[in-house]
Amino acid sequence: MRNGHVLELKGISKGFFGTTVLKGVSLDIRPGEIHALVGENGAGKSTLMNILFGMQVIQDTGGFEGQVVVDGQAVTIDSPRRAMELGIGMVHQEFMLIPGFTVSENIKLNREPTRGNLASRIFGHRLETLDEPLMQADSRMALGKLALSIDEMALVGGMPVGHMQFVEIAREIDKKNVRLLVFDEPTAVLAESEASLLLDAMKRLSSEGIAILFITHRLDEVMEVADNITILRDGEVVSRMPRSEAKLGRIAELMVGRKIERPVLPPRKSEPSDEDMVLRIENFRVDMPGERVRGLDLSVRRGEILGIGGLAGHGKVGIANGVIGLYPSTGRVAKDGSQIPLNDPKQALLSGMAFVSEDRRGVGLLLDESIEMNIILTAMQVQGKFLRPGALQSLRLEDRSAMREHALEVMRDLDIRCTGPTQLVRRLSGGNQQKVCLGRAFTMEPEVLWVSEPTRGIDVGAKQLVLDLLVKFNREHGMTIVMTSSELAELRKICDRIAIVYRGQIAGILPPDAPDVDFGLIMAGKGAALEEVS
Amino acid sequence: MLEKPTAQVKTPAGGSGVGISDILRNWSVPIFFLVISIAGIIAARLDINYLVNEVVGRFGRNAFLVISLIIPVMAGLGLNFGIVVGAMAGQTALVIVTHYQVEGLAGFALAAVISVPIAMLLGLLVGKVLNRAKGREMVTSMIMGYFANGIYQLVFLVLLGTLIPMKDPVLMLGSGIGLRNTIDLIGLSYSLDRAMDWLWNGFVFTSVGAARLGPWRFPLCTLFIIGILCVLTTFITRTKLGQEMRAVGQDMHIAQVAGINVDRTRIIAIMMSTVLAAWGQLIFLQNLGTFNTYSSHEQVGMFSVAAILVGGATTRRATIWNAIVGTLLFHTLFVVSPLAGQRLFGVSQVGEYFRSFLAYGVIAVALALHAWQGRSSKQSK
Repeated sequence: MRNGHVLELKGISKGFFGTTVLKGVSLDIRPGEIHALVGENGAGKSTLMNILFGMQVIQDTGGFEGQVVVDGQAVTIDSPRRAMELGIGMVHQEFMLIPGFTVSENIKLNREPTRGNLASRIFGHRLETLDEPLMQADSRMALGKLALSIDEMALVGGMPVGHMQFVEIAREIDKKNVRLLVFDEPTAVLAESEASLLLDAMKRLSSEGIAILFITHRLDEVMEVADNITILRDGEVVSRMPRSEAKLGRIAELMVGRKIERPVLPPRKSEPSDEDMVLRIENFRVDMPGERVRGLDLSVRRGEILGIGGLAGHGKVGIANGVIGLYPSTGRVAKDGSQIPLNDPKQALLSGMAFVSEDRRGVGLLLDESIEMNIILTAMQVQGKFLRPGALQSLRLEDRSAMREHALEVMRDLDIRCTGPTQLVRRLSGGNQQKVCLGRAFTMEPEVLWVSEPTRGIDVGAKQLVLDLLVKFNREHGMTIVMTSSELAELRKICDRIAIVYRGQIAGILPPDAPDVDFGLIMAGKGAALEEVS
Repeated sequence: MLEKPTAQVKTPAGGSGVGISDILRNWSVPIFFLVISIAGIIAARLDINYLVNEVVGRFGRNAFLVISLIIPVMAGLGLNFGIVVGAMAGQTALVIVTHYQVEGLAGFALAAVISVPIAMLLGLLVGKVLNRAKGREMVTSMIMGYFANGIYQLVFLVLLGTLIPMKDPVLMLGSGIGLRNTIDLIGLSYSLDRAMDWLWNGFVFTSVGAARLGPWRFPLCTLFIIGILCVLTTFITRTKLGQEMRAVGQDMHIAQVAGINVDRTRIIAIMMSTVLAAWGQLIFLQNLGTFNTYSSHEQVGMFSVAAILVGGATTRRATIWNAIVGTLLFHTLFVVSPLAGQRLFGVSQVGEYFRSFLAYGVIAVALALHAWQGRSSKQSK
């Protein structure tokens, strides 16, 4: 029997290869309710949605525990199609639209109304003719519900992102039996005005009895539309509350909060200060898809470890990639007062910077080369180290004994566990691969080291080793380190200052021991509300 | 500014491509080849009546094969060099029909019917392989064509007369094993081309002012069949199946999420293409009136692909007009280039060289032009 809930999730647990991602998560949604699900990156929101939509990846990794109940009946959702049949629709974060199709073709994709004809009577329904007038009429109706006038005959490719988002929603509400819509960070790609249109549309839909599960980072939007709020942290529901009882600051704190033990770091001879800046970045823009940087200003003190944090999609990863020249960028980057040419990795490296990429296996390593070669390659290519003297630069031979000597030294210093310097990098564990990346950057003897997501995808023990190494580089060699990470906790462990990026700009710079609330608020774009809370 | 330009909404499909610059951009490849053709015609000082007669005849011979390439492009499989396999199916049917001495239009029709199950089976196999080689369909289908050629030779050169019992002193080699090199299709020659000659013999004979036109002979029935195929291909694009193919062709992942069976749709596209290619090869051979058992099919894929590319198709977009214009232009070049070569250099071998140079050169030039076109349109965004 119905008990008034469209959807109930009961005690959902899920682990991937031994790590628990969800622990006993429960959630209920009533018809017409807007339920916000908030949490940091990696809190388990996407895994929960994958379970709800019966994505293949869940079955491939051993299924999940717990129960999904739709309309009071326990159901097994084993494919996205099944979810659709049950009336659950998804508005994807990345658009599931075909650019070469018109708006109405996209809205009706694989649900086209058809008319029979001679051929279809002989060869089956797949040869029925499309009923284009009906397709267009239906699309107009769905778009009308959103109070939006988009030409249903226009091609989707080349449309503004905001319109694409609405086409995506129109497709979901065009499905006749839709009762629950999941919005997965729908406003992440939208401009302010588009976002408010979207929120209006959500309210209108909920007033028609459609339940909405709203996944987002933006707390101000949650406060504006949500009826109820569930906060997820590290795979657990840490709190749920109706909006009337919710406070922005409280949500932010719950989202981020965890105990941080800051280890005692070795002291320096002199503390870095604002008097001595090694790097100045001004009005910096990087066109990195998904991580755009939009007019950012940042200065780095000589000898410090600067952390860059922020939620996914706001551009924190774009900064390092732009400075090193891997993605097209504009603006001004000056090191020690002299400007560094942009969009030219070689010049960036020659100017005394090095980069450890977040894309370790793609950009960071030559997987089918030896450890030794990986360690020395950049220094050899850019700085001409490890080459025998020769008349012509391009004909100089490699100095094998120097290479071997250096590789062994790095392997000993960084404690790279392997069978020897000639082992292929592909065979190493993630942690050891990361050490090879660091070893290579170290070989460049940079003044400024950019490190992106250094602990992503490596196990807990190795994480600590990598962080210790960074501290060692910093303290023993005076290397300035700019470290980008999604894990606030690790930034707070070793950084001197932490800059939080929001919408492609620096929203604030905090000391590592600032309270959780402050970090949470700044990440959620509510830096201005800081004073009001504290 | 790094933000994407926003207010760039295209007008509906009907309203685009009206301006002269749009026409130039969309048809730059065919226009390029048209200019070359005209230059060649002038250089060769070619008799127009001869040219028209040749090109129309060759168009009838080849257009069906070229049109068979459209559906796989629509389904995102690129240019299907695997139509070679379809051609083999058609030839197999021809061998059977010739062996049982069924002649005339009935023989042609029987061959068409026999070739369908063979082509469907082969198309299914090709489709299955191509589904395992997503993103590399073109080169895979080309190699599959070579591989199938090996099996074809094994069957008709070794197995026929040994494992497959068959006795036919006319078709087979003296040893009683394997087919002869050339098979005469006297009974089937022009069986389709002239099937509608009772209506009108297809001769065009007229004079405009002082200029005498003709005699041109049109393969009436074949042109009629090609017309029907054009209508059918257009019809397919407007059905549910066609919509699924277009969706799969544009983005496999999105199509999958929308619940479309991607692999099945791709296999259907390849099977259709293979069956059409088998029929296309029948049309091709009944026009020639004879076929080289072991080599008639070899160039089919390459030449058809060259023709559709000349017509302005790309690996991602091909229309019936691309096929028709391309076939006409390609064959004009084919007729003109040896003559032009001979006239310019005075050696007949140079003319032959021109011809084979042309077929491959055309593919290279057309692909290069497309790449250039694609880049300039990206920059203008």
